Amino acid sequence: MDVFLQIIVAGLLKGGLYALIGIGMTLIMGVMGIINLAHGQLMMLAMYVTFVLNAMGVDPYISLFVAMPLLFLLGVAIQRFLLNPLIKADTILPENQVLMTVGIGMALTEIVRFIFSSDYKYITSTYSNQTFFLGNISFSSALTIAFGIAVAFTAAMFFFLIKTDLGRSIRATAQDKDAATLMGVNTGRITVITFGLGAGLVAAAGCLLAPVYYIFPDLGGPFTAKAFIITILGGLGSTVGAIFGGVTLGLAESMGATYFGMEYEDIIGLTIFVLVLLFLPGGFKRLTKI
Amino acid sequence: MKDNYYLHLMILFLMWVVIGSAWNLIAGYTGQVSFGDAAFFGCGAYTAGLLAHHLGVSTWWGLALGGFTAVAVGLPFGWICFRMRGAYFALATLALNEVLRHGATIAEKFTGGMVGILIMPSFTSKVPYYYIALAMAVASLASLQWVVRSKPGYYFVSIREDQDAAESLGIDTHLYKMLSLAYAAFWTGIAGALYMNYMGFIDPHVVFNLHDISIMAILVGIVGGVGTVYGPAVGAFVMVAVQEMFRSGFFGLFKWLGDASGSEGLVQVAKVLTQAHVLGFGILVVVVILVLPNGIVGDWPKIRRRVFRLGTGTGS
Repeated sequence: MDVFLQIIVAGLLKGGLYALIGIGMTLIMGVMGIINLAHGQLMMLAMYVTFVLNAMGVDPYISLFVAMPLLFLLGVAIQRFLLNPLIKADTILPENQVLMTVGIGMALTEIVRFIFSSDYKYITSTYSNQTFFLGNISFSSALTIAFGIAVAFTAAMFFFLIKTDLGRSIRATAQDKDAATLMGVNTGRITVITFGLGAGLVAAAGCLLAPVYYIFPDLGGPFTAKAFIITILGGLGSTVGAIFGGVTLGLAESMGATYFGMEYEDIIGLTIFVLVLLFLPGGFKRLTKI
Repeated sequence: MKDNYYLHLMILFLMWVVIGSAWNLIAGYTGQVSFGDAAFFGCGAYTAGLLAHHLGVSTWWGLALGGFTAVAVGLPFGWICFRMRGAYFALATLALNEVLRHGATIAEKFTGGMVGILIMPSFTSKVPYYYIALAMAVASLASLQWVVRSKPGYYFVSIREDQDAAESLGIDTHLYKMLSLAYAAFWTGIAGALYMNYMGFIDPHVVFNLHDISIMAILVGIVGGVGTVYGPAVGAFVMVAVQEMFRSGFFGLFKWLGDASGSEGLVQVAKVLTQAHVLGFGILVVVVILVLPNGIVGDWPKIRRRVFRLGTGTGS
């Protein structure tokens, strides 16, 4: 029983972080209708920002305040100068915005590889290996703090999307771009801000993950895949769904790693992905109705 | 020696013509962008490799069967995934590739796992491979030409342009998407089997590689021209040239300059360039999509007009 509870706890803590990654992606997907295949690479970039700041003696959680604005600006620039021009381009190529994000992701990975080489880097902080116990269940301190911050960000995001004017404009654009334009929403500006927000959120996830994970240039790809699985699980463009998706993936991964073996960890996510596509094409959005 | 080098480049170029045109049929004509060409490529390569490795069957049988294995993997997959539209399919192909890559790594007893499969090449000379690759490239281009001028070819384009309209005209879009996928999988699988024959070595990381196979296939398609018959041939030429240019540090130019001038900086530049081919690809994707969204062949009138204007501009 203890083992089972331990797995649940580990999965939930990981799931909270996954949810944060997924929300950024689902926001972008909902508003722009494109899949950002550079998502994990943006997170990788945030982790390297954290790494550099840590080398200068800044705490990983403080570097959140540097990495998030930086990545927000980068996201804004990407959307403004690389993705928005494609809407007007006259082409028969379908999904050229998605292909563009692939190119951006490749370029980001390689630029980071030039600067930092392919070596595995890690952040040494006091709480990296710290654990505390509740009963017989151990909690990783870093992951628990990260989970708390992730939940706080998610809640803030909800408040922002539901209560503020900008949030309402974003949701309006996601629902119907043309109608939103007619209602006086500057949809061009909204897409730029949304991509920035998505990049900022995934940057937060990167900072939170940095103390407990190895940092290397190629980690972007697998996390893009994870973000995508989470988004599909939750139903495209649904923020509530992304939370469910993140927690489900976290739980499934930690259970799979325990009961099947470590080497199956990555396949489990993909299997869930295929099963969801087969039996629940709308994702959990179908179930939650939000 | 020098001849061998160019022969090698030609074989690579012809192989990419085959893969690029296969990608172009499903993405450029049918409008279903696939990120998983490596899955089919790997299927073909592993068919040839495993037959030779376990049963001692000549890899030439693999060359014939590789395409059919890829189709056998592709069709059930397409049957599931073509219910979804747009980017869903693209990402599902990505997942298929990952599943196969992990599968090939985990099934160590059968596939050799990370160690890979090593076979004896049939010929020591590159010349026979060159002619086989040439025949394949010609056959794939001819079949593409034939397919796009036939009735299914027009159906494919109608699906790309407007799936709902195509459906309302009574076209079974699901069936035709599957046909298009089968064609693409077949040729990509054959190219994979050729790769196995020619290189004599594969491992999961080489043949199921997202960057080196799937993205390269997409690049070949979009650089040359999406939805054109000869675009991928042009694209393959450009891409193999670009890849080789980076690999050799612009054909040793920078290394030579560095050695000649004794400048440490230029030697460093040469070193960096040889490692930069993925970065080069990434930047190429961004630039090509921004500047030539229809590729070199598709945007040829635009290129000609620009260059022409530039010419008169400087003249006057």
